[in-house]
Amino acid sequence: MSVIYVLLAVSILVAIIFFIAFIIAVKKGQYDDSYTPSIRMLFEDELIIEKSKKTILTKKD
Amino acid sequence: MKQDTCFHCGLDAEITPITYDDKLFCCNGCKTVYEIFSLNNLSCYYDFQNAPGATPKEIEGKYDFLDNDEICNKLLEFNDTKTQIISLYIPHIHCSSCIWILENLNKLLPSVGQSTVNFGKKTVRVTFDSRSLTLKNLVKLLGSIGYEPYISLDDYDVGKSIIDRSIIYKLGIAGFAFGNIMFLSFPEYFQVDGFWLEQYKPVFRWLMFAFSLPVVFYCAQDYFISAYKGLRSKLLNIDVPIAIGIGVLFVRSTFEILLNLGTGFFDSLTGLVFFLLLGKFFQHKTYAFLSFERDYKSYFPIGITKIYSDGNEASIQVYDIKKGDRLLIRHQELIPVDCILIKGNAFIDYSFVTGESEAVLKESGDKLFAGGKQLEGAIEVDVLKTVEQSYLTQLWSNDVFKSNKEHSFTSLTNSISKHFTIAVLSIALIATSFWLITDITKALNVFTAVLIIACPCAIALSAPFTFGNILRILGKKKFYLKNASVIEELAKINTIIFDKTGTITANRETKITYDGSTLSKDEELLLTNSLRGSNHPLSRSLYNILNTHNIVTLYSYKEYVGQGIQAKYKSNEMKLGSAQFVGNTSEKPTLNTTVHISTNENYKGKFTFYNAYRKGLSNLLNKLKIDYDLAVISGDNEGEKNNLTKLLPTKTKLLFNQKPEDKLDYIKYHQTEGARVLMVGDGLNDAGALAQSNVGISISEDVNVFSPACDAILDASKFNQLYSFIKISKSAIKIVKWSFLLSFVYNIVGLYFAVTGQLAPVVAAILMPLSSISIVVFTTIATNYLGRKLE
Repeated sequence: MSVIYVLLAVSILVAIIFFIAFIIAVKKGQYDDSYTPSIRMLFEDELIIEKSKKTILTKKD
Repeated sequence: MKQDTCFHCGLDAEITPITYDDKLFCCNGCKTVYEIFSLNNLSCYYDFQNAPGATPKEIEGKYDFLDNDEICNKLLEFNDTKTQIISLYIPHIHCSSCIWILENLNKLLPSVGQSTVNFGKKTVRVTFDSRSLTLKNLVKLLGSIGYEPYISLDDYDVGKSIIDRSIIYKLGIAGFAFGNIMFLSFPEYFQVDGFWLEQYKPVFRWLMFAFSLPVVFYCAQDYFISAYKGLRSKLLNIDVPIAIGIGVLFVRSTFEILLNLGTGFFDSLTGLVFFLLLGKFFQHKTYAFLSFERDYKSYFPIGITKIYSDGNEASIQVYDIKKGDRLLIRHQELIPVDCILIKGNAFIDYSFVTGESEAVLKESGDKLFAGGKQLEGAIEVDVLKTVEQSYLTQLWSNDVFKSNKEHSFTSLTNSISKHFTIAVLSIALIATSFWLITDITKALNVFTAVLIIACPCAIALSAPFTFGNILRILGKKKFYLKNASVIEELAKINTIIFDKTGTITANRETKITYDGSTLSKDEELLLTNSLRGSNHPLSRSLYNILNTHNIVTLYSYKEYVGQGIQAKYKSNEMKLGSAQFVGNTSEKPTLNTTVHISTNENYKGKFTFYNAYRKGLSNLLNKLKIDYDLAVISGDNEGEKNNLTKLLPTKTKLLFNQKPEDKLDYIKYHQTEGARVLMVGDGLNDAGALAQSNVGISISEDVNVFSPACDAILDASKFNQLYSFIKISKSAIKIVKWSFLLSFVYNIVGLYFAVTGQLAPVVAAILMPLSSISIVVFTTIATNYLGRKLE
């Protein structure tokens, strides 16, 4: 078995992994809104005093 | 920031200054929002942007329909016993502060789990715990902080809509395959001979073949489908040569590697599909926050209060309204069905439906039409017809709303492709027959090579990239087009029809003249103060133009609905309103709106309201009249006729008292005479005309507020630029034609290789991307130059 087959297999495998990541990203809706995240990432520590009350996070996807 | 503007909303806070926390507010509403935010440590809201807020509106009772579980279920995206998810459209979302506050909703309401803003669509998606928070309370809270959601009949049952992302998938797959095939073809490009390459050739080739399969059968399927449809309707559209090209590329390449003749053209094939899809994607610019497909549903409320015979009130869905039901229409609510007024004073604004600017007074027993807005107080009505059968909604059953206007999509490209396809096929046949005589082995090779190289990739890209770019440039100028084909249509226009009210007149401004004896200082004071208390639209606009005076507490104040106001201060008693109410019976009825005034039963004079026309109107029309037939068509009465004739070019046709159907028929008639009509309108009453016209432009004072279904939305402040917008669309057509010429040059060069039988894969692999890229570069530079000139 020549090394070229290994190399080809690896390179295509890597490409396919990225491709699958792309498909998942599109499916999750990451390409639906390309503007808001660019602003959201600038928000960080605006809240001066964190409230002690904990909220019940019921995330649902 | 100026000193005298509201800290919360940025409006003028000079008249009624309220200070709190050393900050100035224009009203108590704004102050309350600030209090809420600062109490919850959310005052960072004001750090991102100066005065980002909106004054909260009175919404008591407005969202009672959210008590109805059935309605809620239709609106919710997700619902189980404890978690609910809803997407709400909030028109006020406009800056980073808005995103921040809405995504930190759970600091205000612990029951809210997650809230995500989509800035482009102006929506917020909220996950909340339904055990401790009802939808109604959530909406109320949003309203109380100035982010009132807009819920209309349009939202009904659309909570679970699916987004079409196929173009992104296709583009991704084509790009992926294109890149990988390029890498795999590299060894063969350089023509390195030798044992090593010879041994692995089949592996590389079959891998390329594998990569090209999804491209041909998934990414390119639209082209095959469209070509098939075109052929079936005997139309040689641009997709026919493209589909032939893709098909021949794939079949010939497969044969080449099967018979070990060569590498095939998989690189060109995938590159071609990738570029084509890129063009499609680029052209597909949408303005997510605008909708061009609205009908009456976007204006109508989703629920309405029904009064049962036992006197109980409950919210019901608009679709559940039955004939004979008794409904309660509140202050500022829209009447959803045709009905008879039973109780209360109806003061109905029909501007949505008819375009008449003035509200009308109705008495009990009068018939009310769907689409009217109740302006003052609450009324009770009996239903005559259901929603679908009402007068306004019937307009939508007209055929124009069913047919799709997109039939002539990229007509310019298609008209060229007809000749192009025939020319290419004949060249292929001639070249093949020539080779059949001279060298029979090369004949098939030449035939396929011609079809491959002539695949009109560059031609197919010219229009999408030019129009896509123009679309963006115009979008920056606040002229939002529905899609690229509108540009082509716009360039072909020869008749322009304007609506009057709200289109060539400005809604926000009215010209008011006073006619009568001069008022004393005391009288003026009394006048402004009594106007101040009234919410009537006429009072508001009159109040805005009068000089501001001190605010005094009136001794007595009474508003007679539909008649006028009576107010008393010190020794003066003032009446203002209709001529009858004021006691002036000698007044001749005029068509213009007037407000009469009397002090202590002495007639003083009248204010006459004239429409204020948009700035630059006659200038614009004078420019347009050279190339276009003009007409002004109005649902209003003839009161403004004299004014208009002075303002407009002499040949302009003027039509008054036109019902929505009349406008539609007028356009239809002219179209049969060969006119290509541009309709410029604004309200729902123009909806039929906008749909019937070749291009319907809707004028909007605020593009976030709703406009009827149309092809383009124009911001009112850019109205006077309409002429240059039409001109730019004409220049765009010219650019497309030039780039056609450019791509012909490439095709001729390619055909030379093909006809002489020396088309190597590497030539195709260079020529195809080169032609595509140079077209993209050319159109981009040319359109940007056009955009520069517009400024």
